[in-house]
Amino acid sequence: MSTSPETAVPAEETAGHGDISVGVKGSANSGEATASATRITPGNALRPEDIALAVSRGTAKPGEDVAEFALRLGDDALVLAQRLGHWISRAPELEEDIALGNIALDQLGHARSFLSYAGGFDGRSEDDLAYFRREPEFRSVEIFELPNGDFAVTIARQFVVSYYQFELYRRLAQSTDATLAGIAAKAVKEVDYHRDHSAQWVLRLAQGTDESREKMIHGFKVIWPYVDELFRDDELTGRLSGSGAAVEPSSLRADFDRLTGEVLAEAELEVPRVQPAPGGGRKGLHSEHLGYLLAEMQVLAREYPGASW
Amino acid sequence: MASQTLQSVPGEPTAAQHELSLEELARREADGQAYFDKVMADDSRIEPRDWMPPAYRKTLLRQISQHAHSEIIGMQPEANWISRAPSLKRKAILMAKVQDEAGHGLYLYSAAETLGQPRDAMMQDLMDGKAKYSSIFNYPARTWADMGAIGWMVDGAAIANQVPLCRASFGPYGRAMVRVCKEESFHQRQGFEILLELSHGTPEQKQMAQEAVNRWYAPALMMFGPPDDDSPNSKQSMAWNIKRFSNDELRNRFVGMMMEQVRVLELTLPDKDIRFNEETKKWEHGPLDWAEFHEVLAGRGPCNAQRLERRREAHDDGTWVREAAAQYAAKQAKKQAEKEVAA
Repeated sequence: MSTSPETAVPAEETAGHGDISVGVKGSANSGEATASATRITPGNALRPEDIALAVSRGTAKPGEDVAEFALRLGDDALVLAQRLGHWISRAPELEEDIALGNIALDQLGHARSFLSYAGGFDGRSEDDLAYFRREPEFRSVEIFELPNGDFAVTIARQFVVSYYQFELYRRLAQSTDATLAGIAAKAVKEVDYHRDHSAQWVLRLAQGTDESREKMIHGFKVIWPYVDELFRDDELTGRLSGSGAAVEPSSLRADFDRLTGEVLAEAELEVPRVQPAPGGGRKGLHSEHLGYLLAEMQVLAREYPGASW
Repeated sequence: MASQTLQSVPGEPTAAQHELSLEELARREADGQAYFDKVMADDSRIEPRDWMPPAYRKTLLRQISQHAHSEIIGMQPEANWISRAPSLKRKAILMAKVQDEAGHGLYLYSAAETLGQPRDAMMQDLMDGKAKYSSIFNYPARTWADMGAIGWMVDGAAIANQVPLCRASFGPYGRAMVRVCKEESFHQRQGFEILLELSHGTPEQKQMAQEAVNRWYAPALMMFGPPDDDSPNSKQSMAWNIKRFSNDELRNRFVGMMMEQVRVLELTLPDKDIRFNEETKKWEHGPLDWAEFHEVLAGRGPCNAQRLERRREAHDDGTWVREAAAQYAAKQAKKQAEKEVAA
């Protein structure tokens, strides 16, 4: 790229999140001193710390609905990061230790951004939300909470959630809420890679050996009952789509079905015929799995309440 | 550059090699040796396709693969704390760090592969207990403060060891070390920062930090290997420009570095005999328990069995995945070839 970081940014990419005070719009005005090799576009530069800072300065403050929505997305990403983190040092190949670690790290970054923003509603930090809420206060849906299973189950989940998150973040990048738009604009680029990673593995496993094909089919069978919950609308998403801050989850379904369908067709796999599970995570009614995950994640922070790390 | 009469690649290895006359083979070997000697004398670099003495190749293969194994096994004690990291920021940093270590393992296996051994074979030697890795990783990471102590002391010792290796005479190893050292330096700072935060935290946190430093101190010092008078391979490695400083030299230098930094941490090192020797201008430390070192090296450390079992388990669980990937790649290649024939 020959253009400078600022001029290289298309106008529509900066439009969404001009309110965040660090590393975003404004950086062109505040001079070249703030530009660096790691700040290629404002979207890339938006870090959780920037959001926490904007929240503490009062330049970004979510309303109750947006905060609840950010909490949902933050919890989904956090729980997934916690699950994927387990693969690091246990993956089938060194390259996958790195790939799954990278995806976990991306998800954790998204979680930190969404939670930092959500906490802005009532003055709680990302860590207050992650470590000091009880299970019913979490808002994640079940597919993220499911145990990793074998590599095929993990890939089946990755395939579903990365295609879902891509459609969601792609639209949220146009949100009328500048901060949601900023987080989504950064996240969608990363989730695009997650789609590529999972789709490649779906193809490899489905068309590799007889054993891997069987395991891939089984993986989708395990995961698919929890797909519907991702696309369920409720009163909150109704209000937010009305204001243009978010979209109805059901509106993502057609694109999700089409794009995942293309990969499944290439892999010669069928969408499993399974009954959908009712879910309930958005209301705090969680799977049996979440409690263990939280117990492990929260134990040290809760052993030393008030300590800083 | 070497003079024109010296050849770096004395003849391509061919299927017909065995048909070469004994005289021709001897001539090529002599040319290769001459080139190698010149590279050593010039303190220049040997590259994978250059002739090298079999012992040089063997030594490097052993050292680089051990180094790679250390990175891979070294992921475990830290991965152990990813799920429980006490803040999301620390969790992100730790995840990135362990991921870096997998990356170091990859570069190093690749560097070792240029010497002629495939990664699978090296992995197999590790799992069979035939290959060694740094003994330090056979100690358990008991508390969160161990994440600090490992970063500050273990990665610190690794850097002290590895910075001179950036000039190692074998090209791929030296180049891998440049990148590894950059990341290790970042790791060390994050370890230091964890300890700093703890030592300035609650009394319980400070105690946690001190106990971790106490536990990792001696094992970290022993990472430099046995004392010079008990290190049989060092001399040859130095002659080959692989090793630049002796074990004790590096160890003493490291002690001096820690002594400065431990003051900033407001912690202490569990060694009352550390002193700066005004005559030699070198740091000195108290006696180390080399009997324990040899015990752990021989497989009788706290986590030897656990670490190897975890590696084997991951490898075995992943067998069907690797087979699927290989099979898929073969099928794709076949399809591609058929397409090209048809076209």
